[in-house]
Amino acid sequence: MKVLAAVSGGVDSAVALARAVAAGHDVTAVHFALQPNPELVRNGARGCCTISDAHDARRAADRVGVPFYVWDVAGDFQKDVMADFVSEYEQGRTPNPCIRCNQHIKFAAVLDRAVALGFDLVVTGHYARISQDPDGPLLSRAIDPRKDQSYVLAVLGRENLSRCWFPVGDTTKPEIRAEAAGLGLNVAGKPDSHDICFIPDGDTAGFLERRLGARPGDIVDVDSGEVLGHHSGSYGFTIGQRKGLALSRPSADGSPRYVVGIDPQTRTITVGGREHLAVATITAQQPTWCRPVPAPGASLHVQVRAHGTPVPGRLAEVGEESFRVELAEPLFGLAPGQSCVLYDSDVVLGQGTVTHTG
Amino acid sequence: MAYLDHAASTRIRPVAVDAWAAASMQEGNPSSTHSAGRWGRRAVEDARESIAAHLGIPPDSICFVSGGTEADNMGITGIVAGRRAVDSRRDVVITSPIEHKAVLDPARALESSGITVETIRVDSRGVIELEHLRELLQIYRGRVAVVAVMWANNEVGTIQPIDEVVAMCRPARIPVHSDAVQAVGAASLDLNLPNTSALSAHKLGGPKGVGIFVNHNRYPIDPVLRGGGQENKMRAGTLNVPGIVGMAAAFDETFADIPAAIAKYRGLRDQIIEGARAIVPDVVINGDPENGLPSLAHLSFPGCEGDSLMLLLDAAGVQVSVGSACNAGATTASHVLSAMGADPMTARSSLRISVGWSTTGDDVDLFLKVLPEAVTRARQAGMSTPVEGRV
Repeated sequence: MKVLAAVSGGVDSAVALARAVAAGHDVTAVHFALQPNPELVRNGARGCCTISDAHDARRAADRVGVPFYVWDVAGDFQKDVMADFVSEYEQGRTPNPCIRCNQHIKFAAVLDRAVALGFDLVVTGHYARISQDPDGPLLSRAIDPRKDQSYVLAVLGRENLSRCWFPVGDTTKPEIRAEAAGLGLNVAGKPDSHDICFIPDGDTAGFLERRLGARPGDIVDVDSGEVLGHHSGSYGFTIGQRKGLALSRPSADGSPRYVVGIDPQTRTITVGGREHLAVATITAQQPTWCRPVPAPGASLHVQVRAHGTPVPGRLAEVGEESFRVELAEPLFGLAPGQSCVLYDSDVVLGQGTVTHTG
Repeated sequence: MAYLDHAASTRIRPVAVDAWAAASMQEGNPSSTHSAGRWGRRAVEDARESIAAHLGIPPDSICFVSGGTEADNMGITGIVAGRRAVDSRRDVVITSPIEHKAVLDPARALESSGITVETIRVDSRGVIELEHLRELLQIYRGRVAVVAVMWANNEVGTIQPIDEVVAMCRPARIPVHSDAVQAVGAASLDLNLPNTSALSAHKLGGPKGVGIFVNHNRYPIDPVLRGGGQENKMRAGTLNVPGIVGMAAAFDETFADIPAAIAKYRGLRDQIIEGARAIVPDVVINGDPENGLPSLAHLSFPGCEGDSLMLLLDAAGVQVSVGSACNAGATTASHVLSAMGADPMTARSSLRISVGWSTTGDDVDLFLKVLPEAVTRARQAGMSTPVEGRV
């Protein structure tokens, strides 16, 4: 098959590339230029956007002997990921830019382009497994639970998944590193990336403040309505956040307080005790399904963060535009904008973007 | 396979390989006075004289360097420093916006030491506007250190009116530097016109890593490389004897029949343009085919990302160059096309197809055979969103 391997410059995609070549496919490697100004991203930043990352990606392609190209998707990345990230925070939500990137860039724009150019499959270094059964592609968790990335891939849906292959999902990370070393890939020991790639210093609040400017407002107690402090922009907060509130007074009983509400219109941040964060039902919109749509009443597991613990629940309602799940035990600190991924054991059923919690 | 990127680098001629290999087997440094050194010195001076004869310039105007980039750096940095040493008012560099980066980057680097860099406007074909040059020379009278205008553009092939540039600068005793890297061997040119010029061996079938800085009457320059005082103290460093004799062999073959080479290139280039037009009626021909390099076609295929075309053509065994520079990071529209007023989408959908001494009609046939499917697929793949102002 003609395979397009997306190579970031990291070890996982390098090994995925090598495995695609070893499997006998006709492979072409592509590195995505996501940053409009790559020179401004410092080398060694743990992202996938620096010039040294592009060099590492090219060297991996050289080693396995396949053509290598850089595809400039910086314009799409800017519009669909970075602008969306800023706008979501501005509206009091907590987006996951990696999911947006997978949805709009890595597996949408790129898949469409790859298919038009004559490729059958897109290969990446994501930790997840994909197989086929009579109902179509089956996306499931990676063997290595610490590296599992099925959560951020749930947004792909059935059609995209039918053209994807994740060759490293059946292997643990240490084994992937050893394999890379054995193949002579110079990225074998390269550190993992953790940060949001376009905020390499990890200062999300600073990144947002430079784009949105100061929008001062009050921090208010959820029970008494008392003003406990001030902030310079509601976009700097996330539901469930405890640190960095700089409140003038401790709570009456000395227990910690968390962000329990964000109102970007009135610029009010509401804080309260942990009990205010408990979530028993989740409504999510714009669902994408990786399997046949489950019937209402189905038992499943719900995961709301990339490396969060799945909790058991039940699909209460499901429609074209949204679904609602009831949790068997409460979740704490779930922010609108996050992705709610539904699992049947290790198999990804689908996902939606959280809009309401109750 | 069809290699159609000779403007990037052309195949080394077998005579150059033989000359290079034979010289590589010789021991000795041409600066030494013993017999091994004398052999090297003689080989270098023979090469200097034979190349000078081909170019119709005096042998002592030839300074051997590592390539076009070094020669351009000498023509900007070296000339400016040399002139300022005797006349500190010479603080302006006039150049064109479509120069190779080997000229633009050294010029921009001088800005931090107080030099003003002005660029001459170019028209939509990429030809400098001589009236604008005249205006700039007026505005900066008594202050211009050097005027640098390339002989032929490396991306779109447009040939510049060097004779008129020189005619304008000579009365004011302003030196002219010309990057002639793309023009030598593909156009008839009189290298006696500019004070200094840059030439590269590997563009005409010589080895990589060797070139010539032409400097008439030893125009005073401040050396870019200092050291052992080679090349009349203009360029230090042990002379690259194999490279120099390999380059001389390539010049011998190139200059055996320049008109025939030009006619061959023009024939192949016209086949490429006509063939592409027949397949893609809305193809845009960039540059100035009337007065451009006969060896080069710069074409825009509306609706196709140049990167997509290159990937597809490469997979089909045809090697061409995209008309924009993607340097690890984001693709930036070519500074040449931007200066010519091309819109970014046209710039992104362009390819440079260039022929050379080893090109045959079969190469062009293969290109035209695989082009239809490449264009169809690239159009289906579409264009990426251009980068807007920062979010």
